[in-house]
Amino acid sequence: MALLEIKGLHAAVDGREILKGIDLTVNAGETHAIMGLNGSGKSTLANVLAGRDAYEVTGGSVIYDGKDLLELEPEERACEGLFLAFQYPVEIPGVNNTYFLKAALNAKRKYHGQPELTAVEFLGLVKEKLKILHIDQSLLNRPVNEGFSGGEKKRNEIFQMAVLNPKLAILDETDSGLDIDAIRAVADGVNALRSPERATIVVTHYQRLLNYIVPDFVHVLLHGEIVASGGKELALKLEKEGYAWLEQDLAGAAR
Amino acid sequence: MTELTTNSTAFVDRLRTLETKLPALQANALSRFLYLGFPEISNEEWRFTDVSKLAGADYANPLTTIEADLSYIEANRYELILAAEAAIQPAADATSVILFNGLPVAGEDQDPALGVSIRYLSSADSAAGEIADTESNPFTALNAALFPGTLQITATAGAALEQPIEVVLISGHAGSSAPRITSPRIVIQAGENSQLTIVETYISLGSGTSLTNTVTEALVSRSAIVDHYRVNDEAKSSWHVSALAAALDASSVFSSHSINLGAAIIRNEATALLRGEHAECTLNGLSLGDGDRLIDNHTSIDHASANCNSHEVYKAILNDRSRGVFNGKIFVRLDAQKTDAKQTNKTLLLSPEARVDTKPQLEILADDVKCTHGATIGQLDPSQVFYLRSRGLSEGEARRLLTYAFAGDIVLRLKVERLQTALDERLRVWLA
Ligand SMILES: Nc1ncnc2c1ncn2[C@@H]1O[C@H](COP(=O)(O)OP(=O)(O)O)[C@@H](O)[C@H]1O
Ligand SMILES: [Mg+2]
Repeated sequence: MALLEIKGLHAAVDGREILKGIDLTVNAGETHAIMGLNGSGKSTLANVLAGRDAYEVTGGSVIYDGKDLLELEPEERACEGLFLAFQYPVEIPGVNNTYFLKAALNAKRKYHGQPELTAVEFLGLVKEKLKILHIDQSLLNRPVNEGFSGGEKKRNEIFQMAVLNPKLAILDETDSGLDIDAIRAVADGVNALRSPERATIVVTHYQRLLNYIVPDFVHVLLHGEIVASGGKELALKLEKEGYAWLEQDLAGAAR
Repeated sequence: MTELTTNSTAFVDRLRTLETKLPALQANALSRFLYLGFPEISNEEWRFTDVSKLAGADYANPLTTIEADLSYIEANRYELILAAEAAIQPAADATSVILFNGLPVAGEDQDPALGVSIRYLSSADSAAGEIADTESNPFTALNAALFPGTLQITATAGAALEQPIEVVLISGHAGSSAPRITSPRIVIQAGENSQLTIVETYISLGSGTSLTNTVTEALVSRSAIVDHYRVNDEAKSSWHVSALAAALDASSVFSSHSINLGAAIIRNEATALLRGEHAECTLNGLSLGDGDRLIDNHTSIDHASANCNSHEVYKAILNDRSRGVFNGKIFVRLDAQKTDAKQTNKTLLLSPEARVDTKPQLEILADDVKCTHGATIGQLDPSQVFYLRSRGLSEGEARRLLTYAFAGDIVLRLKVERLQTALDERLRVWLA
């Protein structure tokens, strides 16, 4: 059974339809890349999967790990192992990063009937992840994302992902605005999670990230629809030729 | 001579009969009160705070209740001390003073080395209203008429007290059931270069109708440092009106934190006169509103000298149908050049029925000054709530964490450890 099965998904914002029938199947063990021009609906798809209520699902279904994903609250989705690394992580002044992460991890453990981690266990885990991701410890004592640079915010997302250890990770343009070292660190974080039970969806503009996170499948999302799917060579073609040929196909199909 | 006021109630009529029974200074204050009357919402200063309920209560005769209170204290001193200790859980080496309805219970007449004296003076022995505004504030005038005595805390020049002086002000009915009005008064005199920390905690014994009308004056001499805290944790059946008047001499540092947790209606008026150069004044506040409670903070900082700084951060978290009022006046007089004044007022509305009225009022006559003010009113940010939920926190947890964070910076500003811990815990319970 697929880990994620999206069928005919339609979603609207403020009454305007953004997703116009998405079909996507992701099996455990796979890595999928979603590419596409700005404004084509990639973040909308990611947010709908995470459960943001500003987006209204107007049709279709999403089965995740055998459950009707759309019926779950955002926190239930998180506890069931879904993780979204946001394109624009929000700043939360006054909430300490470590406190927040511990609360998140313990919420997840509680959901699965596991005991809370002790302070020592938690700190051990956190330090190990920081080291793998080459992130400075000072990040721990800062308020969540407050005053972080763009790159620091992205790293913090990956750090949270590493600590929460999700079954399905969705990375929404986590590579944008990062230098090559940071991209490598992000890729290391993602690749460390790779396993036959897990899957990753990488939303990106650039083929460059896909040199480090090699996808099994590449999909192109345009105007709210997946207009092409293929292997990693599709990303190379897009890099060379852009999206114009797909726009033409789409116009041709409409005629 | 007394002019007739518009509000003529049984209580006001009763006060009229007292004029001849009071010593001259108090009688003067009473005529001033009778002239001003209880404020009405047509008065700009009271526009959002309707005190008609508390003005209309049939309070017991404040002179006769003093006798009854004194014998109640005599008979129940130990219980009162226990109640005070239960409320504040003071540090072992803290100095504590307890007043019941403005009368002394324990802790006064101390001269702990270090040059600090804590004495209770009868109203006859203590001048009322040296800096508090008895002229235009009716409640302050009423306090000056009815106060049974003054708790006077004095630090001599150079004295430095590390531990806070904890003043617990209990209000209660002492066995009777008639509504009570009590008029505590505290005078803080910090000599040159002295250092003092004073915590006023207001609590109630029992839950009858009562009005606590309290006045604190702080005279902060040259280079003295005074940290003042007032915590209101009175019963929901209480009304509370307070005036804090501070006068800051050159190079002195004064701070006051107002923490509002209890009572049905609270009106705090904090005024600071910066009358010497290089003085520094901080007025901060945190109010937690729920039910139908109303919490009104009026502040006024008068920059009367050059080179002074003032900082002000008032925050309120309002739930249910509670209401908040904030009015922040800053005056910068003509020769108060190089003034640096900053005022911030932030309100978090947790319910659609809660509301706040906020008004900064800046009057700046000097030209070389830095004055900033800002007010924000809002709900929790849905994108922050979603972010936390997307990591596994329940909606309730997410909201609690964000609300706690909103209040957190005021909690962290409390320099008395006991207070910080107590408020932190209180917040968690309140939010749960
Ligand atoms: N919260 C929102 N409110 C209003 N419009 C939105 C919102 N989110 C996305 N949109 C609109 O939906 C379309 C798709 O946006 P988005 O999903 O962010 O695209 P992408 O991530 O592919 O760049 C855009 O036209 C965008 O303006
Ligand atoms: Mg996007």
